[in-house]
Amino acid sequence: MIPPFRRAAAAVPDTRPAVCAERVPRRAHRSRALALLVVAAAAAAAVAGCSRGDANTTRDGNNAERSAATAGAIPKGSASSSGGVAAGKITSPGAEAEDGQWVRPAKNFASTRFSGLDQINTTNAKTLRVAWTFETGVLRGQEGAPLVVNNTLYLVTPYPNLLYALDLTKPGAPVKWKYEPKPLAAAQGVACCDVVNRGAVFDNGRIYYNTLDNHTVAVDANTGKEVWNTKLGDINQGETITMAPLVVKGKVLVGVSGGEMGIRGWLTALDAATGKIAWRAYHTGPDKDVLIGPRFKPFYKSDQGKDLGISSWPPDKWHQGGAGMWGWISYDPGANLIYYGTSNAGPWNPEMRPGDNKWGSTLFARDPDTGEAVWAWQASPHDEYDYDEINESILLDMPVNGQTRPVLVRADRPGYLDVFDRRTGELLSADPFVHITSSKGIDLKTGRMIPNEEKSLKTGQVVRDICPAAPGGKDWQPMAFSPRTGLLYIPHQNLCMDEEAVEPNYIAGTPYVGANVKMYAGPGGNRGVFSAWDPVARKEVWSIKEEFPVWSGALVTAGDVVFYGTMDGWFKALDARSGQLLWQFKTGSGIIGQPISFRGPDGKQYVAILSGVGGWSGAIVAGNLDPRDSSAALGFVNAMKDLKQHSTKGGTLYVFALP
Amino acid sequence: MSSRSRKARGGWRVARGDRRAGLTPAVELAVLALPALALLAVTAPWRVASLTPLAPVSVAQAAVVRDHATPHPPPATRALRVCADPNNLPFSNERGEGFENRLAELVAREMGRRVEYTWWAQRRGFWRNTIKAGRCDVVVGLPSGYGPALTTRPYYRSTYVFVTRRGARPPVRSFDDAALRTARVGVQLIGDDYANTPPVAALARRGIVDNVRGYMIYGDYRTPSPPSAIVAAVARREVDVAVAWGPLAGYFARRQRVPLDVVPVSPASDGAAVPFTFDIAMGVRKSDAALRDTLDAILTRRHAAVARILDAYGVPRVGMDSNRVTADAR
Repeated sequence: MIPPFRRAAAAVPDTRPAVCAERVPRRAHRSRALALLVVAAAAAAAVAGCSRGDANTTRDGNNAERSAATAGAIPKGSASSSGGVAAGKITSPGAEAEDGQWVRPAKNFASTRFSGLDQINTTNAKTLRVAWTFETGVLRGQEGAPLVVNNTLYLVTPYPNLLYALDLTKPGAPVKWKYEPKPLAAAQGVACCDVVNRGAVFDNGRIYYNTLDNHTVAVDANTGKEVWNTKLGDINQGETITMAPLVVKGKVLVGVSGGEMGIRGWLTALDAATGKIAWRAYHTGPDKDVLIGPRFKPFYKSDQGKDLGISSWPPDKWHQGGAGMWGWISYDPGANLIYYGTSNAGPWNPEMRPGDNKWGSTLFARDPDTGEAVWAWQASPHDEYDYDEINESILLDMPVNGQTRPVLVRADRPGYLDVFDRRTGELLSADPFVHITSSKGIDLKTGRMIPNEEKSLKTGQVVRDICPAAPGGKDWQPMAFSPRTGLLYIPHQNLCMDEEAVEPNYIAGTPYVGANVKMYAGPGGNRGVFSAWDPVARKEVWSIKEEFPVWSGALVTAGDVVFYGTMDGWFKALDARSGQLLWQFKTGSGIIGQPISFRGPDGKQYVAILSGVGGWSGAIVAGNLDPRDSSAALGFVNAMKDLKQHSTKGGTLYVFALP
Repeated sequence: MSSRSRKARGGWRVARGDRRAGLTPAVELAVLALPALALLAVTAPWRVASLTPLAPVSVAQAAVVRDHATPHPPPATRALRVCADPNNLPFSNERGEGFENRLAELVAREMGRRVEYTWWAQRRGFWRNTIKAGRCDVVVGLPSGYGPALTTRPYYRSTYVFVTRRGARPPVRSFDDAALRTARVGVQLIGDDYANTPPVAALARRGIVDNVRGYMIYGDYRTPSPPSAIVAAVARREVDVAVAWGPLAGYFARRQRVPLDVVPVSPASDGAAVPFTFDIAMGVRKSDAALRDTLDAILTRRHAAVARILDAYGVPRVGMDSNRVTADAR
């Protein structure tokens, strides 16, 4: 199914300025003719509003429709901190009172990336201005979220993984201390997709984070002194670590990257006090290694059975089965369960690994104390397209068919917006949020994706128009949820790919024939989208087309302002209800970081974002790749040939506030 | 092998994906202690140059501290600037023990020059980071027609081979040999979601899957000759048959404790998409036609010497005798 907003593209002239994102509402009616009229009119209005640089674009009929559809379900202005679950409201489990800080990568255990601060609102956001900046000195992809704790801002750079503490009580926020872990330089040669780091976590007086060469470190938040340092993996086995850990009940949870390098993926829990390994759950192999035991009750039959981590592979191939974990972890304190997804199966080509290849591309629920798996659901059985399942899970208590249920919401790589019952692992709905050709939907009875055989990859055969491309409908870049609007804010891409002609290649003296993977913009020609999705009504409410993939995270606030950045460097504030552009600022480099908001010692609300393009999508700039080498960065360079004209390297923190 | 030499060789580790070379723990601290290199490690886009402080690499070091995008100006001294892997026998290593080292010396001698190496692990990104970055001018071994390069006429053609233990049973000769359905078969894995070595495709196409075992071509870069593990696995009886690229298999098969048979695979090509034989040539930048012509002339003139070097390293060759260099009008 092609989301209707793409139809609007034809009605929009291509001559619009590149910086002018276009807000296109979702089609309101089933009647195609009427829909096109509405869309065209609204698109024209959006373009006009943009060209005026004016925040006062008129609301369109589609937003009215959304409001009508959800008015009963989501009372505007309701806050989430009550913790009570009542039909008609959406809340988050374990919600904490807003303290003006940002202590976890996703702000809270439910991973909503919602800040309860409301000084910056839809009226005054247009006056936002730079309060101060900080240069990290590291010019690689900046994917991390800064932390703010006790009037100190902490940030982790890409390799060499410096940790800075900035003193917010002093003018200009000078460096309080800097911690340098000195990771092995060789680790840079092992990481698959730039040398990024997705940030740190604060708990009980310490900052915890990971280095590219597989160390987890605990650093005293006041002094910057290392408390402990534990090595979890080996770069010579293809292992690296890029993810931000989460601390749950005294356990630091860390996952490994390197699914393409012949690793055997895992999630490890370390004792936060000592750094000793408490448990490790592998993602391939026998149940005892995967920590599957008597408590394991997957909802669907295809995830049930003994030692599926062995039997769903040809003999022994699970030893190098991939299935790392380099994304996000959520936690439900009530159920005492953590939720996370694994990366794809590898490094064998799909024909050499018939079977489901468990537990690659799988969503797990585990007990954080013991690591025991409680349920699992494999998103992409026998993955052929590099669809990792590491994206974030947002935990909500939300009306489903009129009844409030504890759910887990994901926008995943295959392109579906999944809603699960997070207690049982039952998939309640799975709706496409991008153009999908690689599968034909998800069968809610069996829980299995329905593959599209026409797009199945076979050696020597050309397969075109595989949508979404390998980075998926959405990659690691985390979305946000506002309990005030009841909407999810999804930064994502619109990319398809061809696997086409083969060419001689050469590695370590061994010639082979490489597949030529080329990614390109999906329908409509834009490579990125920022959209708002109503999880109750199960539909898109508005969306904004962006020239480049939206590779930054999203932040939404109680002022009903939503923030994100673009790969050509614009940091944007939108009205969370209408998607109207309120304000934008051009930073020094492309943005692939995660915005946060905090209250400063002066009582003012601030918004912070790291600017510095890179990552898989931005490798062409961060790695200075040749735009003519279309298969570079696993085919991503083909879709990003023009990025060098729009962004140079960077590594700067920008902090914004009202005057 | 002594621990000293292991250390000296264990220079680097590189991988696919972002295609960078780096240093192993053995040399890591030493490198980080050098301010210039530490700076490089922080600022160098994408890759850290492959250096080892234990080898005389002054020129290479100078080269890698430069901006990647700036072409290296011709050095004052007359040198043939060769880009090579420091730890990849039988092709090359930093001690000059590989056949590509020998070929580089041969060509340089003919040109009245000395060889000057820029060391970089020959993995994805090798071309971009060495010759394309202007650090060096010649790559000794590349598949003929390799996209980014201007290649010479091929100076040898080799093939993927079956490696088996001698005597146990008749050597495997074809992908259609029934023995492959029951034997334990080793293949090399590249570590890319969309590509693997040709034998992987040939076996998969025949449904030979369950008995196939993978060896990462990257191997463990702390050890000498990381891709050699697949041949040792045959000698150790870890697998019964290995399918590997001829030069690598031919060289390491001679160095196992038990006698091994090395037999070219057949068919020579499994459909157009899966060839098993490749012509190997020298490569220069697309703009360096004059250098390419010079190399061509030398390879033609000295084809007998080239063949002797290849013979000395047990490089299996097919379909192209040593005169092919002169005869090939490609």
